[in-house]
Amino acid sequence: MIKFIIKRLVALIPVLIGVSLLVFFILDLAPGDPAKTILGEQARPEDIAALREEMGLDDPFFVRYGRYMWDLVHGDLGTSYKTRDPVGEEVWARLPNTFKLAATSTIIAIILALPLGVIAAIKQNTLFDGVSMFISLLGISIPIFWFGLLLILLFSVTLGWFPVSGADQGLKSLVLPSLALGFQHMAAIARTTRSSMLEQIRQDYIRTVRAKGLPEGEVITKHALRNALIPTTTVIGLQMGGMLGGSVLTESVFAWPGIGRYMVQSIQGRDIPSVMGCIIIFAISFALINLLVDLIYGFIDPRIKAQYK
Amino acid sequence: MSENVKKEKDLTAEIKDLVVEFRTDYGTVQALNGMEIEIERGQTLGLVGETGAGKTTTGLSLLRLIPDPPGVIVSGSIKLDGKDILQMDEKEMQKLRGKAVAMIFQDPMTSLDPVMTVEDQIAEVIRLHEEGSKQDHLKRAREMLELVGIPGTRGSEYPHQFSGGMKQRVVIAMALACNPELLIADEPTTALDVTIQAQVLEMMKGLRDKYNTSMLMITHDLGIVAEICDKVSVVYAGRVIEHGTLEDIFENTRHPYTEGLFNSLPNLEDRQAQLKPIKGLMPDPSNLPKGCAFCPRCDYAMEICKTEKPKRVYRNETHYVECHLYNKDNIQEGKVGKR
Repeated sequence: MIKFIIKRLVALIPVLIGVSLLVFFILDLAPGDPAKTILGEQARPEDIAALREEMGLDDPFFVRYGRYMWDLVHGDLGTSYKTRDPVGEEVWARLPNTFKLAATSTIIAIILALPLGVIAAIKQNTLFDGVSMFISLLGISIPIFWFGLLLILLFSVTLGWFPVSGADQGLKSLVLPSLALGFQHMAAIARTTRSSMLEQIRQDYIRTVRAKGLPEGEVITKHALRNALIPTTTVIGLQMGGMLGGSVLTESVFAWPGIGRYMVQSIQGRDIPSVMGCIIIFAISFALINLLVDLIYGFIDPRIKAQYK
Repeated sequence: MSENVKKEKDLTAEIKDLVVEFRTDYGTVQALNGMEIEIERGQTLGLVGETGAGKTTTGLSLLRLIPDPPGVIVSGSIKLDGKDILQMDEKEMQKLRGKAVAMIFQDPMTSLDPVMTVEDQIAEVIRLHEEGSKQDHLKRAREMLELVGIPGTRGSEYPHQFSGGMKQRVVIAMALACNPELLIADEPTTALDVTIQAQVLEMMKGLRDKYNTSMLMITHDLGIVAEICDKVSVVYAGRVIEHGTLEDIFENTRHPYTEGLFNSLPNLEDRQAQLKPIKGLMPDPSNLPKGCAFCPRCDYAMEICKTEKPKRVYRNETHYVECHLYNKDNIQEGKVGKR
């Protein structure tokens, strides 16, 4: 098990090299001169040239990339063009917020989605099935910026229960953004749960369990659901990974000080080191979540665990 | 064999006039059409017939586990120990399943929960029906494993770590764990190698005799019937068309379909002889013939067979047949076919 984890962590290295190389290359192609960005449009050409020289912007691509990677290995994500602060600190300060949002909305999504998907499967083709699948269809199709605004209108503006935006009121500020995000993710989880439950309750072993005299409730929770959890875990993991990279839209609508919003602001300001930093963090968290999902697989299914050697 | 016939039969299970339909969007499938079986205490009844004849549905009906929807029990009665299970509520049924009636399913590869250790799966049925602590149940589960020839220490392994034959043993151990009065074995050896088949059959026979369990052996293998059964019911299109003791069926075959089953067996003494399979296929169960269901495939079919369902004719107290070829007067004369 430990060996498996170490192996997977080592495998992370080529992934990170690939991602950073690709992103570095694309950002390099992007129009605009960083020196100009820093000094402003009215700067004198000789000042710009001097700054380019100082920042090493005239060096060949691989030299610059090598320098970036060298710094990265030493834990330095570079300096923001805009604020002149270290990117690492900026990202680090926002990571807890993003993590909080991702965790709570995932929990909300799971709490809503699992019962919905399971009951929809058991009561396939009934009214409950139809209604719950309609709700989850809504979750998938309603744009989150619109749903977020509706939540703000109702619960913040009209009722005044929760703050309109920001993260300065602790749990209270967390409610609306995680509801909006959780509702959206609930949809996919519920649908996956339903379809994998439908597959499981038709399996022979379920008939065996019923023939033992097990009450139907236990048949579903102890046997069918556990077997149905593999595809569901995959979806949850993918979504959680995505959310850790920052939920750009949700964070923007609710002015949530997380990585997603920071990345959008950096892109708009052509703040290349910040964008790079965000993407690197995004790649690492995605890979780590994937590893976690794989470990959970092993916990759920002994056939998979047997392969973790 | 007439000494087996008692005045008051002690029946473990009795199905009378059972009609089961599967109602789907594509039509109604007549799975059972007046199914009738009797299993006496300690005896083994063989249920023989082709795929789709309704054998498994009969077995599942004894547990009231016919998938619903689409399965519907239209009429008839199913009695276990004299009690009609169709009148019971779900709670009472759960008490019976696994305890009074247990079933061994056809495909061992898919009949076990892949994410639970085998001892937990066996202990589960014990927990449901017997007192005691979790430790007691696990201990008993390991004993059951030993009983079917698997080291108890392997109980903590998962089904994927077992071979097909061992999985079937686990399924058997699970079915026998609470000493059921009636054991339904649905083609328990079909998925196994011949060598393993023999072992598993021997084991089942031994356990049946040890615990005096009644058994319903569902199979299409006449060899298994000869090996293990006391009585045989030949099923065609959801109905028993011939029933009797082993001797009745094997030595005094009457129904052309039963005859056809025997003729389909390869003859070891004369390897040049051509196999004589029964021509045609089982009739579409959603569109059964009006008269005798076997009529379209029968070599002896007469005009009356097309329009009227045959009535039951008894050859002796244990042996009956449903075929227009026979009446009270000619049934003693001899078999229909030329074997």
